[in-house]
Amino acid sequence: MADVKLTNVKKVYANQVEVMRDINLDIKQGEFIVFVGPSGCGKSTLLRMISGLEEISGGTLEIDGQVVNDIPPSLRGIAMVFQSYALYPHMTVYDNMAFSLQIAKVAKDDIDQQVRKAAEMLQLTPYLDRLPKALSGGQRQRVAIGRAIVRRPKVFLFDEPLSNLDAALRVATRMEIANLKESMPDSTMIYVTHDQVEAMTLADRIVLLSAGNIEQVGSPLALYERPENVFVAKFIGAPAMNIIPCTVQSTGDHTEVSLSSGQAVTLPIKTASSEQGKPAHFGVRPEHLDIAGDGDAAILEGEVSFIESLGEATLLYIAVPGMDDMVIAKQIGTIPTQRGDKVRLVANPERLHLFDENEQSYRTE
Amino acid sequence: MVISKKGSALTAVVHLTVLFLVVMWTIPTAGLFISSIRDKDQLSTSGWWTALSTSEQRLVERAASPESQTQENGLWVIRGNVLGDSEGEVTRFGSSSLKPEDFAAGETAELRRGIRLQVMANGDYEISSETEMQGRRGQRIFYTAEVPPRFTLDNYREVLGAEGLGKSFINSLTVTIPATIIPILIAAFAAYALAWMKFPGRGLLIAAVVGLLVVPLQMSLIPLLKSYNVIGEFFGVGAKTYVGIWLAHTGFGLPLAIYLLRNYIAGLPGEIIESARVDGASDFDIFRKIILPLSFPALASFAIFQFLWVWNDLLIAMVFLGNNEDQLVMTGQLRELLGSRGGNWEILTASAFITIIIPLCVFFGLQRYLVRGLLAGSVK
Repeated sequence: MADVKLTNVKKVYANQVEVMRDINLDIKQGEFIVFVGPSGCGKSTLLRMISGLEEISGGTLEIDGQVVNDIPPSLRGIAMVFQSYALYPHMTVYDNMAFSLQIAKVAKDDIDQQVRKAAEMLQLTPYLDRLPKALSGGQRQRVAIGRAIVRRPKVFLFDEPLSNLDAALRVATRMEIANLKESMPDSTMIYVTHDQVEAMTLADRIVLLSAGNIEQVGSPLALYERPENVFVAKFIGAPAMNIIPCTVQSTGDHTEVSLSSGQAVTLPIKTASSEQGKPAHFGVRPEHLDIAGDGDAAILEGEVSFIESLGEATLLYIAVPGMDDMVIAKQIGTIPTQRGDKVRLVANPERLHLFDENEQSYRTE
Repeated sequence: MVISKKGSALTAVVHLTVLFLVVMWTIPTAGLFISSIRDKDQLSTSGWWTALSTSEQRLVERAASPESQTQENGLWVIRGNVLGDSEGEVTRFGSSSLKPEDFAAGETAELRRGIRLQVMANGDYEISSETEMQGRRGQRIFYTAEVPPRFTLDNYREVLGAEGLGKSFINSLTVTIPATIIPILIAAFAAYALAWMKFPGRGLLIAAVVGLLVVPLQMSLIPLLKSYNVIGEFFGVGAKTYVGIWLAHTGFGLPLAIYLLRNYIAGLPGEIIESARVDGASDFDIFRKIILPLSFPALASFAIFQFLWVWNDLLIAMVFLGNNEDQLVMTGQLRELLGSRGGNWEILTASAFITIIIPLCVFFGLQRYLVRGLLAGSVK
């Protein structure tokens, strides 16, 4: 029902700067979609275009099967939660939540019933008579969510709702939002964040944006396990994936590449024969690199130049001859390796990634 | 340690400066007020700072006329009291303006034709003669008296009633209140549009408003009056009416009002307005329910400016209003009083205090809005 469909959506500012290019996206009813990406990638702009606060320069936006390009925000059946909460400072919590219904001239009894129901749901009932300035940050954010709930929207839009909260509160509120989604399985939610932990934990599907383009759409694990390009590979996961320049040596069902450090690695990835001899990018996540036993054939060798002990894991920064960037390897727990030690690293071939010269993945599925 | 010493020295300087400024501003006002409630005779002989001490006054009183003389023990006697009902103590007296202090109280002065005059310290006088006194006018008695301080509201009664200040007070209010409210209403609408509504030419319009800030009103007064008369004639409205001066003050106040309010309203958090828009509010709803309550401090501060400016204005009132009793404003009335009653300090000080009482009320009534932070809690 309340599907959201974007077809070739564009955003061009008055000075001809194109900030969003041909966005195509199909959001199903009841999905929790997270827009994630680095600062300035256009994720908030895209959300504001869906909300109607920002004009759409080209393409069509459909909500519930209806083209809403020129329909004002209030009639699109959406509700938005802003980063700064945007509560009305001169109104009580009750009036803040009732505002949209009062504007819509809903009967007083209905307003009262809905506001109290939403307040109950968000544990705001004791605070209904307070002004926003008398609330804590988390409570203010809940009022903002409550204000969205009473409108009974088809689509909820969240614009970085947790970024103003402190770390502990952020985790708690994140779980509240997850619970909220569970209690309203039919509402579609679109959530913007720059925090990949929020994206990974909340999303049914993640839309990863960069510089006005969609880089990849998929479930959180799909983005982690099968990134379609180098950008996605490096954005998802912390620390970021190691990307090592290489050259394709032999093609076929298994591909052999020679890394810039000199080693040859065979990956269970299919390539066409036309790729033979071309430059490519070899990727391996730090957590998939293990220190090799004596008999293993190492894929990387180098000297540990820096160690970060986090307790639950140890990060090794390894200088590999022939490479500019250091390779990061993440080992579980604490390990006896010292700075200056020579280490040899192995990895499960299934966990390796290979991208072509245009930084697109060779994996096709 | 050095820093804290430096800091405390600086604090002391700040405190002293503030104290100095407060004293400088308060003393003239206090002086004006004290003068305005003093007895006019006392006011004319001593400064307001002596208001609480007894003052020495040289006065003259005409004794009762010889017609009231009575015969006592073979003497013709006139009795009375120079001080009348007022309090005081006579120290010296005399019988001619050339020698007003010749005798101490209680002494007996020998006048012409064997008449004797005695004035006691409490003001009782006795004129006695062995022959019947002639004439119809009473003897003049010059005396010096120590008069205790006397405060009275008579000055206010006089200026409000007889001097016509009460009527001009009403006239001033009739000019000032609409001339404050009308520009604020218009400017608030305009400021919202210029700050938050997108339309072509908005930047130019703002620039034009800023440009109008520097137009001196003296330059536009006469053209304005002429065009008002032409248009007024067309609608059958007289040349000098209150509507005219309301419009004139509105026009002169608008550029500053729009400029101030636009800057304030543009500074309100955009997300609040966007949130209201998502909630379904129209521009008018947003203006009425969100912008107006949040801009109250700015509205109040401009209201103070405009009110004081219109209240103290003389020039525009002289051009756009007539000089008759129904249209003369307080500043005009004060100017008239300066001309006709320039020597009567009790009238001038009372009038002056009446003119400043309303601005003081406006300022103290609205000043709490100037410091109230209405935005606390809306955005992080």
